[in-house]
Amino acid sequence: MSSHRNFGFYLLLAPLALWLILLIIIPQVNLAMLSLQERVGVRQYETSLANYRTFIEEPLYLMTFARTAVMSVLATVLTLLIGFPVAYYIAKMVRGRTRSVLFLLCLVPFWVSELVRTFGWMILLRETGVVSSLLQWAGLASGPVEMLYNDAAIMVGLVYTSMLFMVVPLVTTLDSLDDAVIEASYDLGGTAPSILREIVIPHAMPGIVSGCIVVFMLSLGNYLTPIMLGGKESLWFTELIYSQFIVRFNWELGAAFGFLLLFLSSVIVWAALRLSGQTLEKTMG
Amino acid sequence: MIPTIPRNRTATWAYNAYIGLFFLYLALPLVVVATFAFNDSQFPSLPWKGFTWDWFFGTAQPKLGVFYESAILGAVGTSVIVGVSVSLISVAVGTTNAFLFNRYEFRGKSALYVLMIVPLVIPGIVLGISILVFSSSVANAAWEGAALDLVALRPGLTLVVLGQFSFITTISTLVISARLKSFDRTLEEAALNLGATQLTAVRTVTIPYLAPALVGAFVVSFLMSFENFNTTLMLVGSDAPLTIAMFDRLKEGSTPLLNAVSLMLMIGSSLLALVMIVFQKR
Repeated sequence: MSSHRNFGFYLLLAPLALWLILLIIIPQVNLAMLSLQERVGVRQYETSLANYRTFIEEPLYLMTFARTAVMSVLATVLTLLIGFPVAYYIAKMVRGRTRSVLFLLCLVPFWVSELVRTFGWMILLRETGVVSSLLQWAGLASGPVEMLYNDAAIMVGLVYTSMLFMVVPLVTTLDSLDDAVIEASYDLGGTAPSILREIVIPHAMPGIVSGCIVVFMLSLGNYLTPIMLGGKESLWFTELIYSQFIVRFNWELGAAFGFLLLFLSSVIVWAALRLSGQTLEKTMG
Repeated sequence: MIPTIPRNRTATWAYNAYIGLFFLYLALPLVVVATFAFNDSQFPSLPWKGFTWDWFFGTAQPKLGVFYESAILGAVGTSVIVGVSVSLISVAVGTTNAFLFNRYEFRGKSALYVLMIVPLVIPGIVLGISILVFSSSVANAAWEGAALDLVALRPGLTLVVLGQFSFITTISTLVISARLKSFDRTLEEAALNLGATQLTAVRTVTIPYLAPALVGAFVVSFLMSFENFNTTLMLVGSDAPLTIAMFDRLKEGSTPLLNAVSLMLMIGSSLLALVMIVFQKR
């Protein structure tokens, strides 16, 4: 019986092990090793930190890295500020059918690809776009207005694309807050701001953390939105990775960039989990 | 704060207005994409030149419709092949993973569980390049060592499937695990008492119970694969799936053809989502 059971165990372990070892662990280690290679001649390589030195010494690379990080944090904060009232409304203000309908409406835009959503924003915001035409028609603008190809457009797109991943965990945690607790704090003299600060937000913390982590990661790793909605000046770090790999064919430098992106995203996720006392299994699972 | 607590009328009104504006913000891009699929003009922008079906059924340039545009139809086919392959493998591996974590206690189980979730927190583009680098080094080694040309390991559909599988499996595992956790194991034991073998018991009792989760995981995997962009971009070869093909078109400048494709996508994914909801209710 025991050997029979062991056989079943290894049979179930095999696919998991193959998947994680061949597609996750070895490739990541391989990537790290490649990033430590310096090309010294034709097909000759040396182990060195040259690629990371290039990253630090080239202002464009460092600036793009910092800009991507800062804008991703900003996008996360904006998504939280915009999404929280909506999640609260769905979880606490409406009941029954309205509630399921509103919740479903929140999900709908995310069943279509990010490309379609971004395309929608391009149609709306560009010089010949819908918003520009409406402004001219209303007499608020004298000529065509270009609203695309700047950082604000990137922000609109990032917040839009990430909204679902903020609203869903927020609704789930706010839903588990008993209405009686809010009523009790009201009876004890709490005002809307104080109830929000002392009851609702502390209760919603797990949802806030998991929402923020996912939104931050998605923004940081986004490629489509910055490239389609951003201008020539607004470079995103993923664009640098793409151009080193596909355009310049400098895989060593590209691997270093990839590793830096992974590092940044892991550090921020880890810090957010530590600060809030959450674990990865609970947040994602 | 909540309906049972007396509220300020203006505040309530402002709150409702905010929610209205929010849903307008959500709907606006999709509505304009869908609307301009019917504009009788070369560009998906105002002015409105009249209603037309040409971007769907037009048979000649310059207004060649979706159903006659072989490049786009080919890309849809590619995406479907990739999506079905990814979903089949992810659901299969997700099921074995769910059983492993549900049925066995072993050393390092919680560490392995965390490792299983990790693919979700690796940026898609990094997953893509790491798999590209690894497969290329294997292919190069095979070529230099044994003069073997492993075409499957060069950028192309096999790599796209592997790349998407590498993180979609985490999601299918989570979906199937959630359902398996709520399964009453005494049902399986009853089957064993009645003379079934272990395998028969799982096949006739547990798997039917899991069916809604299996279908759900399949649909979610398919949709995620179909709309994946970042990982696919790094691994794609000459056969481009739909998102990549549309991206290339969009860079060259857009025509309402892309709106028509987008509208078809919206309809397609809504239908799939509907199928899933119906299945979950049963």
